Amino acid sequence: MSGIRVLVGCKRVIDYAVKIRVKPDKSGVVTDGVKHSMNPFDEIAVEEAVRLKEKKIVSEIVAVSCGPTQCQEVLRTAMAMGADRAIHVEVDPATYDHLQPLHVAKILSKVAQEEKVDLVLTGKQAIDDDANQTGQMIAALLDWPQATFASKVEKTNGELKVLREIDGGLETIKVRLPAVLTTDLRLNQPRYATLPNIMKAKKKPLVKKTPADYGVDVTPRQKVLKVEDPPVRQAGAKLASVEELVAKLRDAGLIPT
Amino acid sequence: MFSRVLLRSLEKIFKTTGCTKRNYSPKISFNKVTDSTVKSLRDLLGEKKVFTEEAVREQHSHDESYHTSAMPDVVVFPDSVEYVSKVVAFCNTNRIPVVPYGTGTGLEGGVNAVQGGVSINMKNMDKVVEVNGLDFDVTVQPGITREALNSYCRDTGMWFPIDPGADCSVCGMCATSASGTNAVKYGTMRENVLNLEVVLPDGRIIHTSGKGRRAKKTSAGFNMTNLFVGSEGTLGIITQATVKMHGIPEKTVVAYCHFKKIEDAVDTVIQIVSSGIPVAKCEFLDDSAIKAFNAYSDYHMPVAHSLFMEVHGPEASVHHLFNEITTLCISNNGYGFTGAEQAEDRARLWKARHEMLYAVNALVPGSKSFVTDVCVPVTKLTEIIVKTKQWIDKANIIGPIVGHVGDGNFHVFFPIKPGDTTALNTVLDISKQMVLLSLALNGTCTGEHGIGLGKRKYLLQEVGEDGVSAMQQVKQALDPNGIMNPGKIFY
Repeated sequence: MSGIRVLVGCKRVIDYAVKIRVKPDKSGVVTDGVKHSMNPFDEIAVEEAVRLKEKKIVSEIVAVSCGPTQCQEVLRTAMAMGADRAIHVEVDPATYDHLQPLHVAKILSKVAQEEKVDLVLTGKQAIDDDANQTGQMIAALLDWPQATFASKVEKTNGELKVLREIDGGLETIKVRLPAVLTTDLRLNQPRYATLPNIMKAKKKPLVKKTPADYGVDVTPRQKVLKVEDPPVRQAGAKLASVEELVAKLRDAGLIPT
Repeated sequence: MFSRVLLRSLEKIFKTTGCTKRNYSPKISFNKVTDSTVKSLRDLLGEKKVFTEEAVREQHSHDESYHTSAMPDVVVFPDSVEYVSKVVAFCNTNRIPVVPYGTGTGLEGGVNAVQGGVSINMKNMDKVVEVNGLDFDVTVQPGITREALNSYCRDTGMWFPIDPGADCSVCGMCATSASGTNAVKYGTMRENVLNLEVVLPDGRIIHTSGKGRRAKKTSAGFNMTNLFVGSEGTLGIITQATVKMHGIPEKTVVAYCHFKKIEDAVDTVIQIVSSGIPVAKCEFLDDSAIKAFNAYSDYHMPVAHSLFMEVHGPEASVHHLFNEITTLCISNNGYGFTGAEQAEDRARLWKARHEMLYAVNALVPGSKSFVTDVCVPVTKLTEIIVKTKQWIDKANIIGPIVGHVGDGNFHVFFPIKPGDTTALNTVLDISKQMVLLSLALNGTCTGEHGIGLGKRKYLLQEVGEDGVSAMQQVKQALDPNGIMNPGKIFY
């Protein structure tokens, strides 16, 4: 029985440890010279794919990323972790600023079909926009079942048994392949890329494409009007007595006079 | 007035000829921090960067040790080395103590401001200045902790392996010559610092190996880098460090094993190290420690003396080493040998090991742990651990033993309720016996926690009178007004 073929979506985002700063013109956040890395949930997705390959359940892992040239760094990391090859769907920086989950979902669905994969794995959401939409949209576009917020994945005959983290607790579902899975935090702890693997990854195939190659129109459908910092926290004050507290609450109109 | 002049000239004579044989520095009197001092600091540095609020000062009055808190008068948060230099120069001119503060995770009272003064919190200087992947070196500012550094470098295939447990500031680790669980393979800070930017007590800024230099080897001049490594903030403030990185191991495997007798466990360690097996972590936990470990971190290990080990390396060699270690453990009556490869299982085990301090505190709710720290040549380890266990059992108190036995270093955690002077005295007594035995066995009074406040009395015995006076000469030369972290290392 030949193994499952997997497509893993990897987004390049500002590194989770960076202190984000808003641009003075309020058009977005500062990205120049700021450390970027693979979206942490996508790292978990790559790790899961690699573990499934080590268990001989998966036969090939293709990593894909949509965005400017620097996305190739993220793809090299994915290959250093164990992906076999990569596809970079190049989008120029100006267009990338307005690229939305629906655009990405359309592109990845087409890639999935062209690469004839059985499983699409992505992180549940990206840490920059927190959209939590791409995986679900891919499933809808492909008309494939989806198992989102996965915290455990097992293969049973032609199906996947997935433990999902939901608001009420944990839910176990079965999905038939082909399917879309999005990863949650507790699924696994991703491995670090080691030096020999980083060197090997440099030689693994990385193919460049464009959205047009997949017939996808990336014209923006939304416009960001402004990006602002949350309001600065005001200093507190120590009050001397309950009477003073009541007076202050009255002044603020929070309790009736 | 004449007698004062006489006294001062006598002091000068003693200092310059070095004929004092006292085992402590001349008594220094500092100036008190007044409102006008605070105003001068504010004029110098800016309103918003100088704090006198009690809550802020309280946070900077202690570390994770049992030593009594001691508040500074003022806390400042520099954002550049020039700022640090201005503060230190000001304090030097005005004879005000200065205490550098990294993450406050030390274990010997290093940040306690026992003479008040200005606490300098370095956390706003938090840039990773330079990463040189192909050269395996990284330059960081004091606000970067070791976990933040490793996270930053995770895509490069390099890591900074020194791991004392807490997520501490890398520059703080330089100041205390930190080591930890990985030292047995990767060395301590002494072996891994290439260059330091230091603000000297008079405000001068120096680079111990020269600005921007990061050669792996040098024979140029005195080894000033290693003078400041371990100086516990008494010779200058470290504002930038260039450290060696190592390749992330291709494969990592953890193994643990249990023993009925302490001797069997420690003998296994001695055999592992003596046969040249490059074990990366080699930790001992006695039965009492395993009990705390199980309860706090939800494990169900047999309550017995145990070894937790880790091997790093390419796939083939790791399996070979793992088998060698298995053989040695079993030949010493080890049982329940278990291996683990997955990242989550390894992370869970080491997290639980690192949380031993809190696990022990949890055994006696409301307690804070008194932690001992001695280090002997590995062949002397069995004797000192067995005797220590006997002293603890005889005193009938809780004292889990946990140690980096691959280096001959181990700790006892004694949970003590604040105010329980009887318990404290019992523990101080045992600690003293441990230190004296360690010194008798060619060891040291502190493997990694530093002298700080608690081990000052042993320095004399460890390095001898001439050794101490030579150290004090260096201190006098660099810090004649004695403002840098007074009360630490020397009385």
